Amino acid sequence: MTTLTAPPKTAPPRARIRKSSGISKWKRRIPLLPALIFTIVVTQLPFVATLIISTFQWNILKPGDRHFVGLSNFKFVFTDERLRTAVLNTVVLTASVVLISVILGLGLAMLLDRRFVGRGLARTLLIAPFLVMPVAAALLWKHAIYNPDYGLLNGTLNAVYRFFGADNGPTVDWISSYPMPAVVISLVWQWTPFMMLILLAGLQAQPGDVLEAARMDGASAMATFRYVTLPHLRQYIELGVLLGTIYVVQTFDAVYTITQGGPGSQTTNLPYEIYLTMFRKYEYGEAAAAGVVVVLGSIVIATFALRTIASLFREEVSR
Amino acid sequence: MTHAAVAAAPGARFKKLLRRKDDHGGSPKLSPLWTFVAWLATLAFFAPVAWMVLTSFHQEADAATNPPTPFASVTFDQYKLLFSRDITPFLLNSAMASILSTLLVLALAVPAAYALSIKPVEKWTDVMFFFLSTKFLPAIAALLPVYLIVKDAGMLDNVWTLVILYTAMNLPIAVWMMRSFLAEVPKEILEAAEVDGAGLITVLWRVVAPVAMPGLAATSLICFIFSWNEFMFAVNLTATQASTAPVFLVGFITNEGLFLARLCAAATLVSLPVLIAGFAAQDKLVRGLSLGAVK
Repeated sequence: MTTLTAPPKTAPPRARIRKSSGISKWKRRIPLLPALIFTIVVTQLPFVATLIISTFQWNILKPGDRHFVGLSNFKFVFTDERLRTAVLNTVVLTASVVLISVILGLGLAMLLDRRFVGRGLARTLLIAPFLVMPVAAALLWKHAIYNPDYGLLNGTLNAVYRFFGADNGPTVDWISSYPMPAVVISLVWQWTPFMMLILLAGLQAQPGDVLEAARMDGASAMATFRYVTLPHLRQYIELGVLLGTIYVVQTFDAVYTITQGGPGSQTTNLPYEIYLTMFRKYEYGEAAAAGVVVVLGSIVIATFALRTIASLFREEVSR
Repeated sequence: MTHAAVAAAPGARFKKLLRRKDDHGGSPKLSPLWTFVAWLATLAFFAPVAWMVLTSFHQEADAATNPPTPFASVTFDQYKLLFSRDITPFLLNSAMASILSTLLVLALAVPAAYALSIKPVEKWTDVMFFFLSTKFLPAIAALLPVYLIVKDAGMLDNVWTLVILYTAMNLPIAVWMMRSFLAEVPKEILEAAEVDGAGLITVLWRVVAPVAMPGLAATSLICFIFSWNEFMFAVNLTATQASTAPVFLVGFITNEGLFLARLCAAATLVSLPVLIAGFAAQDKLVRGLSLGAVK
């Protein structure tokens, strides 16, 4: 066991690749190839197809009228009123869901970072909203909570009003009156646990001795949070914001189920608008062009996300 | 040195590796007031789930009352009705799509992760980031070409179409997660085993597998959760034969008007597998969701 009692210093994997012959290089690559080829075929080729379709005038309601139109679909995408509304709605929806969930998630994570009675149970109950099937959650909010006649929200208000002697509570049609907040709240409910889990992991990775030192130096709780915890959490907050953005930008289930993009197009976001263009207007060329624009937008966000993940990743690899 | 010696040595190391580092000297305690706040917040977040489960055990008449009647009598009727109304094929389609795609994901991701950590290929970090970048492309932009290709191939309304798509959707997550687990296999033991001439199978079985197993379990749970919950491809690419549980949920509302208690029963039933999987994988959930970036 001599080799084990004096283990060689672990070098980073990259350095372990010696100059090797072509054959052994390929031997290393073989296990990787199936996954790589599968991913390229299934995820990259459709985007090439999208790019090609986006240059065609193509509506299946007008058969025989499919022809190359260059960039005119993109001109349409950038000038269409509905699409501009959809872009704006997507930004509002994504930004509010992500920001509110990060703030609530941070609060919950800070509470759960301390010991208290039933902490384990509280954590388990808190992640439940994230695990409920998104479509089920959307239906639950729409019918069991927001419903003006017997939803939990109006029902509870009614019970409270009656308790204080009033005849009846207000009858608010939440979804028609506040469509965007209704969608945002249901999504915040689902995404807060996600943020909480990431931020809690960040808090727990905080070295205890630094906090101890801060306490010894007589730093107040606020100061410790502001100057020690928050800088440490920064990369976890960034990660949560970026991953959350990637997922929430793609929201389809909630809009489809709760508001169908309405009233009018008040809650139509880009994925839902593209879906409508595709399966209601059958304008394939326009849908593809909108898809290309969404991809380009995502690439911008993804660049930031990948940079953040890369920095966490390098830390982990060099550890 | 025998194989047994190779196998015995990791044991102690694994214990050290697996010991959770987050117990930093007993975290401080929450004051009673903040404990109250913490529990209030927890219950507020859990209330909709509790309401869903509670309503699912009520009669329709008790479910749609104003003010709400949480203490109405309990019944299993809604669940019985669901099964007599044929939720079963939808659940089976969901199970098939999620389990088969998870198996396919593992079959592709485990060898790939091996080639990205234990015997890394050149530029392995670039490959990792290629996988990850595919996850950031919005699925909606792929829907049209995928729909056209699937239609041409006569694969609309076919569970295998969903299996392929869900595999592509989860493969990057699985590669990242499995790599982060395989990277924990102690290098010195791998090298010692090789120096001693242990065969590839022995090394995989005795050294790699013990570390990889918990990772494999966590990865499959995450992949299962995402496939089980997927809606956009399912609703647009299936019609009658291959529809999954989320499609059943939206369909059953529009066809039959509103039966709140039965809706809650259906929502509870379809969420149950994921709730169980998620609670079981609690500790690993964050690692999967952050693609292995956060432990």
